[in-house]
Amino acid sequence: MEDNQKLLKEITSGEYKYGFTTDIDTEYIPTGLNEDIVRLISAKKNEPEWLLDFRLKAFRHWQTLEMPQWAHLDVPEIDFQLIAYYAAPKKKEGPKSLDEVDPELLKTFDKLGIPLEEQKMHLGMAVDAIVDSVSVKTTHKEKLAEKGIIFCSISEAVQDYPDLVRQYMGSVVPYTDNFFAALNSAVFSDGSFVYIPKGVRCPMELSSYFRINAINTGQFERTLIIADDDSYVSYLEGCTAPQRDENQLHAAIVEIITNERAEVKYSTVQNWYPGDKEGKGGVYNFVTKRGICKGDNSKISWTQVETGSAITWKYPSCILKGDNSIGEFYSVAVTNNYQQADTGTKMIHIGKNTKSHIVSKGISAGHSQNSYRGLVKVVPAAENARNFSQCDSLLMGDKCGAHTFPYMEVDNDTAIVEHEATTSKISEDQVFYCNQRGISTEDAVGLIVNGYAKEVINKLPMEFAVEAQRLLQISLEGSVG
Amino acid sequence: MLAEQQYIELFQKYRSEIDSHASSLMNEERAFSFDFFAKKGFPNQRDEDFLHINLEKQFSNDYGMNLKAVDFKVDPYKFFRCTVPGINSHMFFVINDQFYPNVQLKYELPQGVIAGSLREMSKKYPELIRSYYNKLAKNTTDTTVHFNTAFAQDGFFLYVPKGVVVEKTIQLVNMMYGGVDMMANSRNLIVIEEGASAKLLVCGHAMEERSYLANRVTEVFVGKGAKYDHYKLENTNEKMTNVGSLFVSQDQESEVVISEITLQNGLTRNNVVVNLDGEYSSVVLGGMAINDCHQHTDTHTIINHNQPNCSSKELYKYVLDGEATGAFDGRILVKKDAQKTSAHQTNRNICLNKKAKMYTKPHLEIYADDVSCSHGATVGQLDDSTVFYLRSRGISEVEAKMLLMFAFVNDVEELIRVPALQDTIRLLVEKRFRGELNKKCEGCSSHCK
Repeated sequence: MEDNQKLLKEITSGEYKYGFTTDIDTEYIPTGLNEDIVRLISAKKNEPEWLLDFRLKAFRHWQTLEMPQWAHLDVPEIDFQLIAYYAAPKKKEGPKSLDEVDPELLKTFDKLGIPLEEQKMHLGMAVDAIVDSVSVKTTHKEKLAEKGIIFCSISEAVQDYPDLVRQYMGSVVPYTDNFFAALNSAVFSDGSFVYIPKGVRCPMELSSYFRINAINTGQFERTLIIADDDSYVSYLEGCTAPQRDENQLHAAIVEIITNERAEVKYSTVQNWYPGDKEGKGGVYNFVTKRGICKGDNSKISWTQVETGSAITWKYPSCILKGDNSIGEFYSVAVTNNYQQADTGTKMIHIGKNTKSHIVSKGISAGHSQNSYRGLVKVVPAAENARNFSQCDSLLMGDKCGAHTFPYMEVDNDTAIVEHEATTSKISEDQVFYCNQRGISTEDAVGLIVNGYAKEVINKLPMEFAVEAQRLLQISLEGSVG
Repeated sequence: MLAEQQYIELFQKYRSEIDSHASSLMNEERAFSFDFFAKKGFPNQRDEDFLHINLEKQFSNDYGMNLKAVDFKVDPYKFFRCTVPGINSHMFFVINDQFYPNVQLKYELPQGVIAGSLREMSKKYPELIRSYYNKLAKNTTDTTVHFNTAFAQDGFFLYVPKGVVVEKTIQLVNMMYGGVDMMANSRNLIVIEEGASAKLLVCGHAMEERSYLANRVTEVFVGKGAKYDHYKLENTNEKMTNVGSLFVSQDQESEVVISEITLQNGLTRNNVVVNLDGEYSSVVLGGMAINDCHQHTDTHTIINHNQPNCSSKELYKYVLDGEATGAFDGRILVKKDAQKTSAHQTNRNICLNKKAKMYTKPHLEIYADDVSCSHGATVGQLDDSTVFYLRSRGISEVEAKMLLMFAFVNDVEELIRVPALQDTIRLLVEKRFRGELNKKCEGCSSHCK
């Protein structure tokens, strides 16, 4: 037992290795939120009239809403007037090449291990890096442009491809969707925009890195991915934030649209600062992610590894509208110390012969609370819908909690919907088995946890899988239930 | 708040009338619950726990309430014959919300056992009943339960003293009778002391096809090492609304089996709250619903693992045909120190018709680490290839489907520990599937449909 205590202590002291801040000149706008701020953000980005209208509508709607209370989370009251809604690394006169980009900023990305610099390009990822709220640099743009792929920040897209943005923005997550979606729609500052034209298979992984750097800021980015007929793209998203005592707010929106036979694979490794071991500080991560399989035979796949954030509130969802469309959701959520996570997915079956597959693995340790919340809905017209959900929870330590809240709503008699869930701790038998073969308890637990999460981690693209595995080890190595 | 207003006014106007036909012990609890109800009103569909059932609408009908406890002058022993063959039960009746006083027992109850009207017994044994009455129901946030506490005047009381074993099943028949649209709020209290054992079968029937609403609350206390079986069989008609709340508290090493079977109904809401308050206690909670037409069965269960080393097993199965809807919301809560808990929950459903709908939400909340918990839920249909297999062996399609449906609900039937009752339920289920249940049974004037 003493050993266990010691080991548990070790995990709780697992340090957040991305907790540095970067001294870059940052341009703020005043804290607080009102119509003037919304107008100011819009003006700063030189936005067209329709987008300002969209923001204002969203803001007015947001004012009528209250913070949702239904999640299994204990969210301290957030004063939305104390947050700065726009913080951008200050622009020096037109950086034309990488040499002119703030070297401090480049160092930040070096620390994050992002292959932003040209010489690293052959690593083969196109990266859109977003610090605080503004997209800093997008790599590989030219190479992508050859294929007709658009990969840029959303503010560039607003200027360069206003029709596309206008057509699709808010079509999957309308600003009326929920409290945080409305907030994001009002104040979003940047994000990534991807358009894959008909018949194009994106030759490389697209990736965006989010980092909250400045103090007292919220990050509200917006990602829009459109995959036209017969196209394919794999998109990666990573997040970090510096260590701070105050809580920082992150409320993002991701929208994905797939047309006929298109496929989008969206992977996230979320490692926002989770707060210290007393639960002080950390990022509040309130994210709305949703994709629509608009065309027949299309597919959207969400994979997420959630290890960071003080509070996570996130449900990447699929609307399976096209016939024979497929939605997938693979998730590993790790909570430690005083972290709280309420995460899961929604699969809405609308088209015929639609399929969805959900695998969710929760690991909770310390004093944390980890919940899976998912909805599988089959509407009356969705003939032959098929769903299988599996959500397992692993408990480490006797002060944490693991919860599952699956909702199944079936309105069609040809549907087959299955859900199974288990909750347990690492069995002593398994550890004993490893012990007697000379593997220390610590390694045995690492082995078991990695095996437990393998099913999901295998779905990640190679580069991310390595990082995800490392993250799991940082948060949990040596822990014994 | 329109639906509530008529009851709030009714309560304020007739408070003395309500009190005078109940016992002082029951009257003591009214004020708190009435205030709770008046403040919160009926549950509506914005409430997470009542997403798929509109009770507000059901309660807003204009029902008669027998607050003056008028005697209906019926002899249920004469015209009610729906007894279970071979079960040899002790039979008691609650007509609407009043206990039928002229009890005719075929067999004597073991010594020390008290069974009878809650009103009369709480006058006779106030100290005994005071330590139990409303102790579990008071803490709920469900306003239908508080509504019951505010209005209930009578019901069934069972007390089995320490070490006494009641061999024969005790049967309680809740009957709706009146010839007008009526609401009944009855209250049952079951106390099984240390080492004692009893089995209770609760049947729900409606004598005419009127709009009836029954809102019944039952509290059960099971002592150390005691055994208790609770079977509930509902066989009414499409106009009936049944709201039943069952609260159970289990002491150390106690064993409880609960099975709720809904064969015919209109709108049914079953709430079950089981508190495992003593170490090594165990509960088996099962149920099935066979619904067609526009019937709706809504089950809401909570199992609280408050102590370590307890086990719970939950199994619910629904068969939905026609435009029936079913909802299942099962919650298992394992408290912080409830280590070595074993909790398993299963909900399986078959939709036979396109318009049938099923909503299921099995959820686990676990705050202890050394546990083994699981839940599973499925919604599907009868397997075509299995039907084909049976047909290729010369069994007609209808019979093949019947066979598969009998097999589907079989493991719920097997939870019943009284063989005679199990046989009867099997028979009734078969009749139900074959659509023969609405025929009158021999010698019975009950209109099951």
